[in-house]
Amino acid sequence: MIKVESISKSYQATKALNRISFEVTQGELFGLIGPDGAGKTSLMRILMTLLVPDEGKASMSGLDVVRDYKQIRQLVGYMPGRFSLYQDLSVEENLEFFATVFGITIAENYELIKDIYVQIEPFKKRLAGKLSGGMKQKLALSCALIHKPEILVLDEPTTGVDAVSRKEFWEMLKKLQQQGITILVSTPYMDEASLCDRVALMQKGEVMEIDSPARIVENYTRTLLAARSDNMNRLIQDVRNWDEVESAYAFGQFIHVTPKRNEMEAVELEKFLMTQKHEKLQVNEISPGIEDVFMALMKEKE
Amino acid sequence: MNRFWGFVKKEFYHIFRDARTMIILFGIPIAQLLLFGTVITNEIKDAHIAIYDQSKDEVTQEITTKLLSSGYFVLDQYLESTADIEAIFKKGKVREVLVFEAGFAQSLEKEGKAKVQVIADASDPNVGKLLANYTSGIINDYMLKEMGEMQLPMQIKPEVRMYYNEGLESVHMFVPGIMAMILMLISAMMTSISITREKELGTMEILLVSPLRPVQIILGKVAPYLGLSIINAVVILLIGHWVFGVPIAGSWVLLMLESILFILMALCLGILISTMAKTQMVAMFISMIALMLPTILLSGFIFPIENMPVPLQILSHAMPPRWFIVILKNIMLKGTGLLYVWKETLILLGMAVLFTAIAVKKFKTRLE
Repeated sequence: MIKVESISKSYQATKALNRISFEVTQGELFGLIGPDGAGKTSLMRILMTLLVPDEGKASMSGLDVVRDYKQIRQLVGYMPGRFSLYQDLSVEENLEFFATVFGITIAENYELIKDIYVQIEPFKKRLAGKLSGGMKQKLALSCALIHKPEILVLDEPTTGVDAVSRKEFWEMLKKLQQQGITILVSTPYMDEASLCDRVALMQKGEVMEIDSPARIVENYTRTLLAARSDNMNRLIQDVRNWDEVESAYAFGQFIHVTPKRNEMEAVELEKFLMTQKHEKLQVNEISPGIEDVFMALMKEKE
Repeated sequence: MNRFWGFVKKEFYHIFRDARTMIILFGIPIAQLLLFGTVITNEIKDAHIAIYDQSKDEVTQEITTKLLSSGYFVLDQYLESTADIEAIFKKGKVREVLVFEAGFAQSLEKEGKAKVQVIADASDPNVGKLLANYTSGIINDYMLKEMGEMQLPMQIKPEVRMYYNEGLESVHMFVPGIMAMILMLISAMMTSISITREKELGTMEILLVSPLRPVQIILGKVAPYLGLSIINAVVILLIGHWVFGVPIAGSWVLLMLESILFILMALCLGILISTMAKTQMVAMFISMIALMLPTILLSGFIFPIENMPVPLQILSHAMPPRWFIVILKNIMLKGTGLLYVWKETLILLGMAVLFTAIAVKKFKTRLE
């Protein structure tokens, strides 16, 4: 459905995208995962025919993103990273405007957006600028869907949205996927990666790995230990300074430690830390999450 | 077509919901018109004068009465000595002093001539010159009427008439100029701002990926402002006509058609600006600096083109308002038809086509 073949794009001296290739199949929920500056937005804009790639080819539903840009614009729905609706128009007026722009009425495709729109319908007379973050996203999604697109492209839809709304938003995406819409979504949140069918882990304009979240984690064979103590700052310093350790990152209340030897056990680390006079120690082996894989891949690249 | 109207409807929402836009659209034009019409004026009204009459005879009395009843002058006080002249000027209120020589009437009767000195405060040279001209005009008029029977040998009496503006009322000059300026400003600035606003807020991204064609976006932006600017033009003409008494000698229809042409030209210019500017601030800056100032300075609105240095005269040809002002003056004051302004009309038309062509060519269907 979406096909990207060694796309490159530079802005002046900086290389935003470096020979990116991947494919998204019909009805798939595909995630572009990576921090700010990974090139997710540039890639999406190229696919949305808003930018022309320097090199490489890309197609949406078999249409070339450079040559057939007019047809593509008919059949894709797009939600840019920034809230891009008219703040001085009400919820209803925004939706109506986007419907007329695509030459349809709200009633025609109401079924598709119904689940989402009913949640903001009580506020339909309210100006879009006065909505909360979560409601804005729902409205933007409704507007992007109103013309029943084959492909939906969402650029960081959950950035700046509260946890509950984020969860709701992903549930909505799953429902849309069930209706046969191909979805390409980008996010900086690693925890959202596991909600996608497949993800591309991106970093500095390059794709590090493409696979289903489960397999990405499965394929990661390194041992991972989690540790905490009463003095986290000193803990991370001490762990990093130990020559048995390859890397250590803070993950919420724990630090995740990748030892150099895969056979190392939690007790070994604990013993070492006890010699360093850490108290209230808690060390155990854990199975890695996608974020751990991402960190490891990033380190590998460097 | 439906898409187009949907777009126009959205534009009207933007306009009517933004207080600033409404003020710029309707408040400023009317305020400007009233200000320019009343404040900037080359006429003299109630100028304070002082008189040092050393003769105090019948003739000097009559001249004084005539001066004061003209409506241009108000008597501040009579002076008693030459020293008072300097003193009263220093106070600043009195703009002109008249000094009649001693024995004015006598010498006029005996020798056929008498002396009156007109001393004007020329710290504002234009006003000084005007005062002196008005005064000598009134005195001459008196002499001709009263002393006419004396039949002085061979007098040439030039009779001046100011055609099209008999009263030399400057507001007649200003209304066409202000109209050109306001229409130019509103049309060009508002369209360029409203397009760059979409860029700034990121909504342009969504419009671009929609099936709307660039022409539809541009026309959708232009249509509301065309309508509102036409209303503005009518309001300006009505105020000019009914409040300031500017005549509209020619055809109203032709006047409106020419105005619409000028508005269209300005709108195209606005779109052109928006293709160059990335933010609303830049668009506003370009509109103000690149359009407002030349319109005021180089269009012949305030300063006569004939008096400009040659390079500026040449530059003034590129100023659309210059041609529009000529058209307006011809139709409003002289009452001429299209036959006399076709050349200027063609120039405006040419400019409109040129600006549209560049704007459409420069309008990007992508983000870069």
